[in-house]
Amino acid sequence: MELVSPFTLAYAYKRSLGPVLSRFATALRDGQLLGARTASGRVLMPPLEYDPDSGEDIADLVPVGTEGTIQSWTWIAQPKARHPFDTPFAWALVKLDGADTAFLHAVRADEAEVATGARVRVVWGAERSGSIRDFHFEVSDQPAEPAAPVEDTEPVTRFKAPTRLDYTVRAGAVTADFLRGILKRELNGKRCPNCTKVYLPPRGSCPTCGVPTDEQVPLGQAGIVTTFSVIRFPFEGQMLEPPYACAHIVIDGADVPLLHLIGECDVDDVRIGMRVEAVWSDEPAPTLASIRYFKPTGEPDADPDSYESHV
Amino acid sequence: MFRPVHISGFAQLPSDVEDLDEAEMVQRVVSGALGDAGLSRQDMGFWCSGSNDYVMGKPFSFTMAIDGIGPWPPQRESHVEMDGAFALFEAWVRLQHGDIDHACVYAFGRSSLTDVDDVHAMELDPYSLAPLGVGATDLAALQARAMLDSGRWTERDFAGVVSRATGADIDALLAAPYVANPLREHDRPTGADGAAAIVLSVGGDGPRIDGLEHRIDAHQPGMRSLIEARSARLAGEAAGIGPVEVAELHAPYAPQMLLLQQALGLADGVTVNRSGGSQTSEIPMVSGLVRIGEAAEAVRGGASRAVATATAGPCLQHNLVCVLAG
Repeated sequence: MELVSPFTLAYAYKRSLGPVLSRFATALRDGQLLGARTASGRVLMPPLEYDPDSGEDIADLVPVGTEGTIQSWTWIAQPKARHPFDTPFAWALVKLDGADTAFLHAVRADEAEVATGARVRVVWGAERSGSIRDFHFEVSDQPAEPAAPVEDTEPVTRFKAPTRLDYTVRAGAVTADFLRGILKRELNGKRCPNCTKVYLPPRGSCPTCGVPTDEQVPLGQAGIVTTFSVIRFPFEGQMLEPPYACAHIVIDGADVPLLHLIGECDVDDVRIGMRVEAVWSDEPAPTLASIRYFKPTGEPDADPDSYESHV
Repeated sequence: MFRPVHISGFAQLPSDVEDLDEAEMVQRVVSGALGDAGLSRQDMGFWCSGSNDYVMGKPFSFTMAIDGIGPWPPQRESHVEMDGAFALFEAWVRLQHGDIDHACVYAFGRSSLTDVDDVHAMELDPYSLAPLGVGATDLAALQARAMLDSGRWTERDFAGVVSRATGADIDALLAAPYVANPLREHDRPTGADGAAAIVLSVGGDGPRIDGLEHRIDAHQPGMRSLIEARSARLAGEAAGIGPVEVAELHAPYAPQMLLLQQALGLADGVTVNRSGGSQTSEIPMVSGLVRIGEAAEAVRGGASRAVATATAGPCLQHNLVCVLAG
């Protein structure tokens, strides 16, 4: 069985804009386009905080036109999810009247209208927040319609920049072996042929020797807590309600600890040397979370000499 | 003035390798390159890798992959969130310090985990480009259109690049639909997964790095000319490229190959991308390093002088040029 899983990496970022770009963003929100004028008088669009030719600071933002000319274009017949429109549109490099550089934006038009040299005009969105997406272009030789006013008058100093990527993740050969064992409620390590250390979870390459760890080593379910931490504060994605302990557990026969949760134990009773065993979920899936947590076995604590190298 | 640095070993994963994780891929190419060089891990004074966490879907993916080099005792190691070719540049610089004689450079990446265009979209200016969701193919298409508008190139020229790499018939290529006019699907890089490693040594018999430079142009596509690879030209001049017999050019999009050839002033008889280049296999963060390795193979095979390039950023914004001599 090939082990494949969808995975989404998403972050909710906010970015600060700084003194130059916040003025640009505030003007966008207010329905105006500003370019950056360099010391030599060149007007850059989009505005930069520095002159790309000299590296000098830019302090001067000046209004540029809301009409311009297409310098280059591409027609997108099948828009992607991240594109600004879900129906066919064009990207274009647009040189606005009053700007000396072209900037990239999206043009809503019929395919036949889009050409190098075509005149375009800004179409303002009704809802604007100070983002480059507050407007788009359409092909027209008429002046742009003015932007409808928006209520907010505070300067725009930050903007939301959410990030999202969707992946299809495959387990490597060694991880796949390990996870197939998990499905059977087994913990199988792998041994390095060179240093003979047993890794659990196994690694495709011994981190000490840099050689493949091929030999499978079946292990038991119990081991020793070699360090732990008590989590007392709430955060998104928690598996247990705080307070709870997570711990390094060296399973009998393994040479490296496994990181997992401790359950069925008062957090004040968790200690180094405590013997614990795995408690499995009813329906294991190919994930280490198939072990819900490790609970105390009730045995006497391990002899400190037996785990000395781990602390 | 500079210590002479040679390429003493090179290895890359075959394209049909089974599913391996990052550490497993790195372990294979590093041991392969070391074996090729006749050196051991203990001989390496410095390790430097190129990879990209967003390509791999994991923060600090390179720290997990480092198992593959067996970093014990603790090693001098560095990393760039870029193509391994730029890691090679860092390793070359490190060797100039004079205290170590060998360095191992490696790179890994996958096209199969996510749409690599989406990842490249995230490396763009966060204020004016990234929020639009514009991607690498969109940008390359704007460059291709500018090339056509200039009157200096035709769509047939674009198809010619693909035909030379893949053997496909030019007219058949031109009959394919656009994905981002004027680019067709075959103008896009052929995404693959893999890894590669190069061992650098001071002195020795391997191909000598006669010049190694990189230059970067303005980021905004509308603030520079898209119809020349100016950063490649400047890097090539600084590297002292001169006449070469073999060129391995990193041009993810077929029209970009024509700009690189122009920028480097390559004569007609130069063997270009015998390896197939991005048109046959483009492994994110790896293919630039592979161009250098393939150029080294050509020099080992008898070429007296070869050039390899690696690129980063949209529309050939940033280019590295490596000149090898036999």
